Amino acid sequence: MSGSIGDGGAPARSVVPEKAWPLWEVFIRPSRGLSHTHAGSLHAADATMAIANARDLYTRRAEGVSIWVVRSADLVASSPDEKDALFDPAGDKIYRYPTFFTASEGVPGL
Amino acid sequence: MESTTPAGAPAADPARDAARDTESAEFDAVIAADGRIEPRDAMPDAYRKTLVRQMSQHANSEIIGMQPEGNWITRAPSLMRKAILMAKVQDEAGHGLYLYSAAETLGTSRAEMTDALLAGTARYSSIFNYPTPTWADMGAIGWLVDGAAIVNQVPLCRCSYGPYARAMVRICKEESFHQRQGFEILLTLSRGTTAQHEMAQDAVNRWYAPSLMMFGPPDADSSHSAQSMAWKIKRFSNDELRQRFVDMLVPQAEALGLTLPDDGLRWNEQRGHYDYGDLDWAEFKAVLRGEGQCNAQRLAHRRRAHEDGAWVRDAASAYAAKQATKDAARQEVSAA
Repeated sequence: MSGSIGDGGAPARSVVPEKAWPLWEVFIRPSRGLSHTHAGSLHAADATMAIANARDLYTRRAEGVSIWVVRSADLVASSPDEKDALFDPAGDKIYRYPTFFTASEGVPGL
Repeated sequence: MESTTPAGAPAADPARDAARDTESAEFDAVIAADGRIEPRDAMPDAYRKTLVRQMSQHANSEIIGMQPEGNWITRAPSLMRKAILMAKVQDEAGHGLYLYSAAETLGTSRAEMTDALLAGTARYSSIFNYPTPTWADMGAIGWLVDGAAIVNQVPLCRCSYGPYARAMVRICKEESFHQRQGFEILLTLSRGTTAQHEMAQDAVNRWYAPSLMMFGPPDADSSHSAQSMAWKIKRFSNDELRQRFVDMLVPQAEALGLTLPDDGLRWNEQRGHYDYGDLDWAEFKAVLRGEGQCNAQRLAHRRRAHEDGAWVRDAASAYAAKQATKDAARQEVSAA
């Protein structure tokens, strides 16, 4: 399901005037060794401005060492309607967790 | 899911009704389990409307809220104070933008919200319609206005709407700097010359009652409170939050060596809280109606700033369009 996303999934129905700057999603890497994490969204005319605005908006207190921006319209998200079909198969496979196996209890190193 | 039935048409689609019931049950279950509603989840129209109203008002307040303090940037008493005040006003712009983008996830564009603010049809907190005639007002705003905002905003970090709650977490982290810097300004003045001490007291005298009114009308007169609490948008009532704020202020005022201008203020052993005097709700309503000292000035300034920035927005759009055309041409050449 594709659609315009804001903050990880807005409905694609806002009426944006033609001259309005597009919406961008911002991802920040808090420090070396960590993944980029979604920080929020902002408006900018182009990618260069989106990075500059993200710097001013989301890293005023040294919150990051690297920024990704992507046009919200280019993000593809799963639909909440498909949640069951997508995620249910993981629900009944408790043997994927180590706690399922109890025979090794008390054995050192296991 | 959006209804495609025109307003007023008979709803005679049992399948759609059933789908609606399921969605509504899912929404209720998430709220009951203290979970979070996310942008693409189904939600009642009234919930969406309430959030857009509250979040856009909140965002507008941050944007208009830059003006009373912006007034003193050029006249701050030292370079350090000036740098601090600029950082604070920049934070407020940031808070406005976090909130606009959180509100946009509900399907209302920032342009619509900006237009409503400029047209005077959207509200913002009435506190920003009071003037800031002295430097001590910078202290009183930080201590009282930001202090009240924090009391109001901390519970919003657990608001049932995910993007709003996340924006509030970020905002609350930054607000505590605002409150402390205000306290520090007042403390410095309070311990200064007699004239400086009086200036600090005068500012507190003017901002105390308006800051208490920031929590909104008494619970009995608050039109949206009960529903917002049921939806877990609000966690505490206006009067509960106001009480929490008053209880917090009394020892802080003592630390400042300043008094609070309230004859009704006294410790109530039975309640375990401070009692406080009646507030002038007629004044509150008049300021909301647009009759405050600075309503017209704040809006006129906002409109002028927006119009003055139009050429920058247009130029950036034109540049982006030109670059996109160039990029497309370059790609065609390399593909050929």
